[in-house]
Amino acid sequence: MKVSYYPGCTLKTKAKHLEDSALASMAALGVQIRELPRWNCCGAVHSLADDDLIHHVAPVRDLIRAMDEGSDHLVTLCSMCYNTLARANLIMRDDEVKRKTINDFMTEEHDYHGEVQVNHLIAFLRDTIGWDNLRAKVKVPLGGMKIASYYGCTLVRPKNVAIEPVAGQIMNEFVETLGATPVDFSANTVCCGSYQVLAHPESVADVVGRILQSASDAGAEALILSCPLCEYNLLKNQDKLLRSGQIGRRMPVFYFSQLLAMALGLGPESYRPDLSDAASVEFLKSKNFSVESAAMRG
Amino acid sequence: MAIEISEKTIKHEFIEKINELSGQDIYKCFQCGTCGGACPMSGQMEILPRKIMRMLQLGMAQSISELETGWECASCHSCSVNCPRGIDLARVMEAVRLLILRKNINKIEPSRLPEDVVRELPQIALVAGFRKLTS
Repeated sequence: MKVSYYPGCTLKTKAKHLEDSALASMAALGVQIRELPRWNCCGAVHSLADDDLIHHVAPVRDLIRAMDEGSDHLVTLCSMCYNTLARANLIMRDDEVKRKTINDFMTEEHDYHGEVQVNHLIAFLRDTIGWDNLRAKVKVPLGGMKIASYYGCTLVRPKNVAIEPVAGQIMNEFVETLGATPVDFSANTVCCGSYQVLAHPESVADVVGRILQSASDAGAEALILSCPLCEYNLLKNQDKLLRSGQIGRRMPVFYFSQLLAMALGLGPESYRPDLSDAASVEFLKSKNFSVESAAMRG
Repeated sequence: MAIEISEKTIKHEFIEKINELSGQDIYKCFQCGTCGGACPMSGQMEILPRKIMRMLQLGMAQSISELETGWECASCHSCSVNCPRGIDLARVMEAVRLLILRKNINKIEPSRLPEDVVRELPQIALVAGFRKLTS
């Protein structure tokens, strides 16, 4: 099995802690995933209009590059990239007419028919490594951490690309495998408002308040996710929401891969607390995890 | 609000275009309101998706173009996965937006976004926002 890795734009800049922690963890687990030697932005959102095929070209180009590398799987970490790539892949696999139009348009690439499987890393961990194997490699069990898993929308909607049929299981299993206590909360698949942060930031703040308070009411000490836009929205609004009383306390937010790296016994240069916000860093300190390293101080 | 409904006010071309772009049959909607109940942005919406669906069925092109609802949608598909009639409302909302954007109208002006916001936003926010809200 050959696996290519698609990072996407945000993982090289604003979400470096998502990428660094995930890649270090995969290396520690002995799983080889190679970044595509050449890739472009996936487009971030899937085009929903039947006559708009041009916007599928970007994700399809990435899929073709994975195929040309001889890969069976294309693994992603960012939820939005996962959604966009997986949906473009289904069009190329299942829609004969659109597939022909897109293939005919891309004269310099090989024809593509959905040969590559698109996986989000968390599903890839479960399906290829398995929870039992992962549990055996945990060196620092995250005992005592009460973790709420926030899926948002793009991991679970629409149904034909959902990482599981009914959301709520896979991330809880992941949390439990790392030795932490999963916390269910009712807003785990409520959208954070996504790109509406550009046009309607007040609506985004409102829905973020409901998500954070739901996790807090359920007893979560911290929240994990896999989308850099969710991370931004959920962190950015906490000051304002605290002031207005819409949330009662700060909620630390981590990428799922940061917890993975910590549980595998990797150092802070892998789980990158230097890129987390102050409340999240305080949470790590309270759980006796190192939050700085010589490399970071340097 | 009194609504005049007659063969003159129902814009059949508009209805056909929405159905064509979205690949959905808007006449399937039976007004149960599940979409608005599932919508994370509904708290701020002046008119809920259920009402937009009814206005679409009545071909009220002009009235719909003056509403903010379609522009508050985050394309999260909560409405789509919950609709008991199987209507993919996210696609319908996209069609409503595209009929306006394709007249070369921008809902947000990228050049007018505050510099500090642009600097700190993740790229996926900008790419997604520009894709959905600009022509």
